Amino acid sequence: MKKQLIALILALIPFTALAAGGGNVHLDKMEPDLYDKASLQRGAQLFVNYCMGCHSAQFQRFARTAEDLGIPQDVIEQNLIFSSSLKYNDQMRIAMEKEDAAVWFGAAPPDLSLEARLRGTDWIYTYLRGFYVDESRPWGVNNTVFPDVGMPNVLASLQGVQEKVCDPNTHNAEVDPLTGKQVGDSCLKITKEGSMSKVEFDRAMYDLTNFLAYVGEPSKLQSNAMAPWVLAFIVLLGILAYLLKKEYWRDIH
Amino acid sequence: MAGSRNKGNPGLMGWIDDRFPATAMWEDHLSKYYAPKNFNFWYFFGSLALLVLVNQILTGIWLTMSFNPSAEGAFASVEYIMRDVEYGWLLRYMHSTGASAFFVVVYLHMFRGLMYGSYKAPRELIWIFGMAIYLALMAEAFMGYLLPWGQMSYWGAQVIISLFTAIPVIGADLAQWVRGDFLISGITLNRFFALHVIALPIVLLALVVLHIIALHEVGSNNPDGNDIKKYKDENGIPLDGIPFHPYYTLKDIVGVAVFLFVFCAIIFYAPAMGGYFLEPPNFEPANALKTPAHIAPVWYFTPFYAMLRAINFSLFGLDAKFLGVIVMGAAIAILFVLPWLDKSPVRSMRYKGMISKLFLVAFAISFVILGVLGALPSTPGRTLLAQVTTAIYFLYFILMPWYTKFESTKPVPERVTG
Repeated sequence: MKKQLIALILALIPFTALAAGGGNVHLDKMEPDLYDKASLQRGAQLFVNYCMGCHSAQFQRFARTAEDLGIPQDVIEQNLIFSSSLKYNDQMRIAMEKEDAAVWFGAAPPDLSLEARLRGTDWIYTYLRGFYVDESRPWGVNNTVFPDVGMPNVLASLQGVQEKVCDPNTHNAEVDPLTGKQVGDSCLKITKEGSMSKVEFDRAMYDLTNFLAYVGEPSKLQSNAMAPWVLAFIVLLGILAYLLKKEYWRDIH
Repeated sequence: MAGSRNKGNPGLMGWIDDRFPATAMWEDHLSKYYAPKNFNFWYFFGSLALLVLVNQILTGIWLTMSFNPSAEGAFASVEYIMRDVEYGWLLRYMHSTGASAFFVVVYLHMFRGLMYGSYKAPRELIWIFGMAIYLALMAEAFMGYLLPWGQMSYWGAQVIISLFTAIPVIGADLAQWVRGDFLISGITLNRFFALHVIALPIVLLALVVLHIIALHEVGSNNPDGNDIKKYKDENGIPLDGIPFHPYYTLKDIVGVAVFLFVFCAIIFYAPAMGGYFLEPPNFEPANALKTPAHIAPVWYFTPFYAMLRAINFSLFGLDAKFLGVIVMGAAIAILFVLPWLDKSPVRSMRYKGMISKLFLVAFAISFVILGVLGALPSTPGRTLLAQVTTAIYFLYFILMPWYTKFESTKPVPERVTG
């Protein structure tokens, strides 16, 4: 009976992990910072250069990105809008047809407007850094968080060639108890240098993930700016309402 | 009699009162509606539910202006609202957070009723209208959840509508009739939109009016569960009663401020509420060919979903799925007959016996546990726990005629206490 009771209680514990999406995949943590404009700008640059060949962000407009990230219109038009058919006020669309893409890659590359809200930023950050050599796959690479993914490692020129020496999802890497960060050796090893060092590449992927976090919910900037005023107003209203109520209720016993 | 009061007065108000009982209504429902003076924390949730209803209707109207109720356009139009409509994100988050807030306040409001016996005579009809509101609210929320046309919208609706197929003989045809198609499609989306924005809001508003008219006819209960109309002054005003306006209108504004603080903090800082108010899979457009790994209804439905899944055995020749549907339906249906299950001579939990108190606590805990379990993938351990808590949920009601009748109660004070 006692055993069953403990089992029942234990059965409830994973509840907190569920909302985040669950799964048994090891994810590296990243904390988006929507106020690091430089990071978001670098991320936008990476996005249009490396992702937008195949992936759209069709709910987001170039103009909105420019305004929120503090990029002048001419800079956007000259450096971030590659297609002649797209204008400053257009959504970040791509030319590739979904039907063609499905034939070429096995599945059409998804739109990335809401990827950060769907998968979470930890997932994207780990995914982008999780490609490793796997000759059995059509593009010669596989991914630690998305097994048998149809996407090639488009970032290989920056990252270099990465090989998997153990399974990061089962390998018990030494974890710093204070920061929760992995210390010691990773399961993924760079065997041929790209144009970036590992630290530079991680930083770049942080920026790209940060940009996707922004694109997932651009209203967060407005919402964060408005919140203190709204809450302060409600506190003031609450105090006045309480004093008024107290005054009226004085003779009720 | 409202008809003969306030007649023949001078001025504009007099002119109106001669033709429409404006002042009489104001008096009957606010300035001369005498409510017990001892309302506590639990009595805020009725007026808060009204506030959230107004919030849902107003934000809903504005969302409708930009929403596109078609399978091709629904998902994109929600993102259009989120990004391109001025303050669209605020309207959408007020509406989505409001849906969860509605259930939070309604569940607390219902628990208050259970605790203080507000369903007992002469308030049976108030309770029944209230339960009808709860039922309409569930339908309203369920249909509204399909509209963003995300993966969880689609598959959640798929799971719930497929429950109809469990009904013998007519089940499959019935499910098809509800969907209007062989599977959930744009046709389903369109009809759910019509029901969500027109039919059910009208039903809800009408039921709320009935709920309040019935309440004002018999007067409010109070935490002591005694009758304030028993002791009146020479003008016929209850000694323990105070006019709803200004006393409770002002008090409720304080409650509104506290509520709005929490409500707005969620809207502005955590509108997805960690995946419980807005579920991550719903940020992917509905796809009939791709089933999500884990389908769970939104948190306010999870207790009943857990009951459905807890029934994993066949009984009396009925298969497990149909039996689960019956249990789920019975869990809500049994609430309607509650006024006739409680045989206690007292209303309030304050004066009921220990068994009643224990049952209420066990019932509340079971409901919360079921809610947690309904959101989780099932395992044998969790299914067992769901079965135990489902049993407790029903025993609270089924055994009520006996434990309320035979337990000893405390004497109820003649006048209200603190």
